[in-house]
Amino acid sequence: MQTKPMTAFFRPNFRPFRTLLALAALLGPLASPNAAAGPDIKHWNAATGARVYFVESHALPLIDIQISFPAGSAYEPDGATGVASLTRSLLDAGTEGLNEQEIAERIADTGARIGGGADTDMATLSVRTLSSAAERDAAIALAARLLAKPTFPADILERERARAIAGLKESLTQPDTLASRRFMAMIYGSHPYGRSVTVESLQAITRDQLQAFHRTHYTAGSAAVTIVGDVSRDEADAIARQLTEDLPAGTAPAPIAAPQLPARSSEHIAHPSAQAHILMGMPGMSRDDPDYFPLLVGNYVLGGGGFVSRLTREVREKRGFAYSVSSYFMPLRVAGPFEIGLQTRGSQAEEALKVINGVLDDFVAKGPTPAELKAARDNMVNGFGLRLDSNRKILDYVGMIAFYQLPLDWLETYPKKVAAVTVESVRDAFARRVKAEHLVTVVAGGDGDNGTGSAAPAAKKAGHGK
Amino acid sequence: MRLRVESDARTTGDVNRKFYQMQDMSMFRQTFPRAALVAAAFAVAAGPLQANPYETTLANGMKIIVKEDRRAPSVVHMVWYGVGAMDEPAGVSGIAHLLEHMMFKGTDKVGPGEFNKRVAAVGGRDNAFTSHDYTAYFQQIPSARLADVMQLEADRMSNLKITDANFKPELDVVKEERRLRTDDQPRSLVSEQLMATAFQANPYGRPIIGWMTDLDTMTAEDARKWHKTWYTPNNARLVVVGDVDHKSVFDMARKHYGAIKARPLPPRRITTEPEQLGPRETVVKAPAELPYLALAWRAPTLRDPENDRDVHALKVLAAILDGYDGARLPRRLVRENQVAVSAGAGYDGTGRGPQLFVMDGSPAAGKTVADVEAALRAEIERIQKEGVAEDELRRVKTQTVAGQVYKRDSLMGQAMEIGFLEATGLSWRDDDKLLEGIRKVTAEDVQAVARKYFTDNTLTRARLDPLPLPADAKPRATAPGARH
Repeated sequence: MQTKPMTAFFRPNFRPFRTLLALAALLGPLASPNAAAGPDIKHWNAATGARVYFVESHALPLIDIQISFPAGSAYEPDGATGVASLTRSLLDAGTEGLNEQEIAERIADTGARIGGGADTDMATLSVRTLSSAAERDAAIALAARLLAKPTFPADILERERARAIAGLKESLTQPDTLASRRFMAMIYGSHPYGRSVTVESLQAITRDQLQAFHRTHYTAGSAAVTIVGDVSRDEADAIARQLTEDLPAGTAPAPIAAPQLPARSSEHIAHPSAQAHILMGMPGMSRDDPDYFPLLVGNYVLGGGGFVSRLTREVREKRGFAYSVSSYFMPLRVAGPFEIGLQTRGSQAEEALKVINGVLDDFVAKGPTPAELKAARDNMVNGFGLRLDSNRKILDYVGMIAFYQLPLDWLETYPKKVAAVTVESVRDAFARRVKAEHLVTVVAGGDGDNGTGSAAPAAKKAGHGK
Repeated sequence: MRLRVESDARTTGDVNRKFYQMQDMSMFRQTFPRAALVAAAFAVAAGPLQANPYETTLANGMKIIVKEDRRAPSVVHMVWYGVGAMDEPAGVSGIAHLLEHMMFKGTDKVGPGEFNKRVAAVGGRDNAFTSHDYTAYFQQIPSARLADVMQLEADRMSNLKITDANFKPELDVVKEERRLRTDDQPRSLVSEQLMATAFQANPYGRPIIGWMTDLDTMTAEDARKWHKTWYTPNNARLVVVGDVDHKSVFDMARKHYGAIKARPLPPRRITTEPEQLGPRETVVKAPAELPYLALAWRAPTLRDPENDRDVHALKVLAAILDGYDGARLPRRLVRENQVAVSAGAGYDGTGRGPQLFVMDGSPAAGKTVADVEAALRAEIERIQKEGVAEDELRRVKTQTVAGQVYKRDSLMGQAMEIGFLEATGLSWRDDDKLLEGIRKVTAEDVQAVARKYFTDNTLTRARLDPLPLPADAKPRATAPGARH
């Protein structure tokens, strides 16, 4: 079905899983049929105050590390949108004693892969390295320097600012970007989760702001260090200490306020694309939400379960309206978005909207059928091992537990909690949490579709638009 | 089998973030100066898994390759058919991919949508993908359920049911996919046009998803015919990687796939692309902000892993240009000269069809695509004149060696690598030769291929000319009542 890796020469664009499956994998189903199935997570605090989460595995000679900080966009000062991502992305632009090129070469010389980024809640730096001492020590020493001693060179800030603005302007010509920015602004209003960078906000960022943001938010006291792989517990402790020992102790950032719920509204954004990008939703649930399991299991049935979800059946399989349609809850520190999304040719956008509204209304009113609920639970419970079958996957889950300070037995208790979900608890949770009076709908684009035969080439459409 | 090439990781805008997410070349370097790296690679390559993978061929011609990886109770099951978009006749471009979609529509025994449901019920996930060279189907499931998915996959190899009723909505889905991924994506349109311009006779010039005008005329009968012609055990390879015993997988495969009769395959009449006699150019006008340019030179395809030295040298050249953050293109074009907001290079070299060496980029503010082109060409000329440094060569090889270890963490990645090699005319056994091929590349080899392949006669130049959006692209409220 489903994907076509454009094995094309320069942009392979290889996506073995289409979007909704990737989301399902990321957000969801994780369950253990027996108590022994989860990874054995060791947790302690390093001498620096950093929280350490460690899973020992000697099957392969490699180590995966993730260091996370509450330094995502939600923690930016008012009016400084873009500071979080620019701070994170300039960590390797220069550090005490090493310039940008030397850093890049040194990373390559160790054979390590250093990655990460900033999202809504967190900023991360990840390291994948061979476990042999020379390579490991070099990679970790370098990562520690990047974290603690970035120099934020002024000329590189200017260059990256210009590139960020160019990239932003480009993305603002794309209907999916227009839709998602507007959607987040509408469901969150002035809450930090609703912010998007603008050309103006990027132009206003100063080097002082980056340094201050780094000093305040990249601290040992708020760091979570997750280590998976071929090291002993003592070595893991030494690694965590080394990665955080030159960071300030710091104080915990002010908590993020819970968002207000929006009034119901709809908007259309004109764009000469063939497809309309439709988003519908409202603020959803938090990582520690009391309704987490009923909403998660219920959403699998509604639109999170990939090809077997109701939305896919009604929108894609029955009507052929969309290649990808899904719903998801993105659990964040406070209520992250609940979002239904699809793309369909402009001429049938209205009809597709009616279908997803009908599916959602029916689901909220009645909940899943007993057979649907069983299918959801089966997938989550039986698929437990698959979601944890590599070091990288274990790192992702344990890193999430570490950042959000979820209980260490979060994975172990998952099956019980999934099993406790009933038709009634799903219906009850959706009725309370997904209310028509708060639903926001955004439709961007589709104006280039004439509704007959093939869509005209984008070029012609834009020409007419002028 | 491409070098992993990631560039521009620093940008905060989505568009400039460019990933050549290519498979790592698998190899280790014996004479590598960094002893520990070699040791790590050996530890993995020469451990108790020496005999891994295992291979057999069923009586009906279906090849079975099993790689045991018993770290977790999980297994990947893949069937790779030796047919892809390049096997399509003119007029039905996209049928290979469309059939891939139809494979989920059911058989007499398994109702519509039931395939996905059964895989989901055991906790698994499944999907499929199509390229010019092959069509592949996979499930990742708990290892105890391997027989279940084998039975399902074997059933749809021979008993797929395609009706006019289930064909029509799926054709619409594929058209939506084309709109999503190509028609509304200016750079996808550029790459589609680039391929169509560079390959005028070979089917690599046609898009995998198909021209929309061909999709408009596609029928259920086209799909039935495609399945009947190409979906035979003698045109299929099974790849299983995970927590399994290879002997029991062989037995299981004999039971489920062995019962299917072989059928003769039609001759493949693939046009070899004739010699290119001069530079070519294509321009796409579409709504965008940033101009974009791609330069593509005809380049060799790997056929003999031991002796096709130019292929290995071109891969190393691509990595020296764009294989790591400090590589030449991001360093000079993006950081030092600031001619471009993004710049890259890519070369695959592996495939059933002809290959391209591509360089691309988007100009920085105040610069033009002509400036980007001059800067990209200057980097090739510099290597033609001055060659490359030993430390650059070493760095590229170091990353490749480390990648050899990293790739073993993913079951899917390992299965993909085996399937990909097999489906592109090579063998999983060529892994070592490919390794060795890169190992032997010298600075002189890199300079020699830089001199040999970058001539204007084999160049295709593709450009995106941005069109402004209409001025009314501002949100406007619609009646919320429209919701119902």
